[in-house]
Amino acid sequence: MAHALAVSGLAKRYGSVEALKGVDLTVEEGELVGLLGPNGAGKSTLVKIACGLIRQTRGQAHICGAPAGSSAARVRIGYLAELFRFPGWYTADEVLELHQRLAGSGGGPAERKRLLELVALSDARDRRVEDMSKGMQQRLGVAQALIGEPPLLLLDEPTSALDPVGRRTVRVLLEELRRHGTAVLLNSHLLSEIELVCDRVAILLAGEVVAAGTPAQLASPRGVEVETDEGVRTIAGARREDAPRIVAELVAAGRRVYGVRVLTSTLEDTYLEAVGGETS
Amino acid sequence: MSHIAVMAGYGMREALRRKVFLVVLVLTALFLFLFWLANHYVFGELSTIQPPADVFVDRRTFAGAFMFGLAMFATLFLGVVLAVFLTLGVVSGDAERGLLQPLVVRPIGRSALLIARFLGAALVCSAYVLFVYFASMAITGLSGHWWPDRIVTPGVELGCAVIIVTALSLLGSVVLSSTANGIAVFMLFGAGLVAGLLGSIGHALNSHAIKHAAAIAAWVLPFEALYQDALRQITADASGLTGFLLQLGPFGGAYIHGWAIRGWTAAYLVAVGAAALWGFARRDL
Repeated sequence: MAHALAVSGLAKRYGSVEALKGVDLTVEEGELVGLLGPNGAGKSTLVKIACGLIRQTRGQAHICGAPAGSSAARVRIGYLAELFRFPGWYTADEVLELHQRLAGSGGGPAERKRLLELVALSDARDRRVEDMSKGMQQRLGVAQALIGEPPLLLLDEPTSALDPVGRRTVRVLLEELRRHGTAVLLNSHLLSEIELVCDRVAILLAGEVVAAGTPAQLASPRGVEVETDEGVRTIAGARREDAPRIVAELVAAGRRVYGVRVLTSTLEDTYLEAVGGETS
Repeated sequence: MSHIAVMAGYGMREALRRKVFLVVLVLTALFLFLFWLANHYVFGELSTIQPPADVFVDRRTFAGAFMFGLAMFATLFLGVVLAVFLTLGVVSGDAERGLLQPLVVRPIGRSALLIARFLGAALVCSAYVLFVYFASMAITGLSGHWWPDRIVTPGVELGCAVIIVTALSLLGSVVLSSTANGIAVFMLFGAGLVAGLLGSIGHALNSHAIKHAAAIAAWVLPFEALYQDALRQITADASGLTGFLLQLGPFGGAYIHGWAIRGWTAAYLVAVGAAALWGFARRDL
């Protein structure tokens, strides 16, 4: 069965700037993959190539087996751009109706009502976009991306303008989508969010994937910290399984053990290590 | 086809909500009122116009053709303004504002989107031009009892001229920012008008060099050729000194391009459209 998203050797050059330098990445059905990286790392470029908004310099990108940008690929994606706008004179319901017609969705008013409920905009159904807050517009953007129940969602910073409650709404929504088998590529700067919802994470730096894996794999062991009558000492490289042995050896050597803590790096530690504190 | 209809409707609603049509209607009503006023006074004082005694000028034909020629210029100008403001930001402008991306990723695709926006704008602009053309003609006819020698063809040619400008503006929106595109299209329009006027003088004076330059301009910017053709058609049967004076311009045409330029107009539209589609298909958004 084809991957929901498969990119291989993907490269993009803007004049003298190489935004992507041969990226390989897959997203499987029902999988939620997070894309991390500093500004200018190439995250949005990758998402835009997958949507067909820009053309790669070399390499391949496929959506459910169809070349990215093709008509067959476009019917299988829902997309929320990082910087987007809906016409200010449209109401929330009209925006969704327009996209239903363009997406060929037969969901009708029932689908629009359900989507507005999902993003907590039921009360704003007849409100014009120009009268909405930025957060409301972003939630409307998420609802728009879900029209027609696409098998792959490409979300570029979907929660950047949301307050904590709005972020939680989107996070719950993403988890529900995963349960229904929807694949999601989530591009975000919010590490905690990625850590909470994503099955896998890829960290991009200067157009290359510098780290990839599950959040647990990326959160690598950093040793065991032991508090004894001689003070606190850290045994670097030790894992959770090593803790009983370390304690036994210390007790055998006549030390009094007051506490043991297994140290693991957070996704933030891994991220900062991978990108070397780089930002632009 | 349904996607094209949806996008054409989207463009119409955009124009409606932005009050483009309201502004155009108010200004058009103002123009028609002023034009009626001008006709009222000109034809009211027709008997006081005294050409030199030794020449014969058909005063009614001269005044009617001159006034209606002026109205045709205004019609073309208003049509071009409408066409440019409906299309100057369809690609670059909407992409910069983030309006285009959510639409382009839908199954409609880029080609259908551009064709839909063209059809919507072309339909509105040509309908508008025909309305103002026939309203002006009615005003001149009812005020001064003068009617053009050809009734329908000049109006259709004016409509086609505005459709060409619409296509050029859409092509410009693919490669230029909104401001740059607006300036470029209006400068092309102005250059075409000057070339056409020069051509009229060249034909009236039978200057081969000027006629040749005007012919080149007509093929490069066929909207101007159609306008000149339309002007000539309204006094196609005028002769003698009356015809000669009208052909000198500025609101009378001196030459008829005929079917060659009409055929070229169709080919030109296809070429401009193909260039716009090709450029849009390759443009990063």
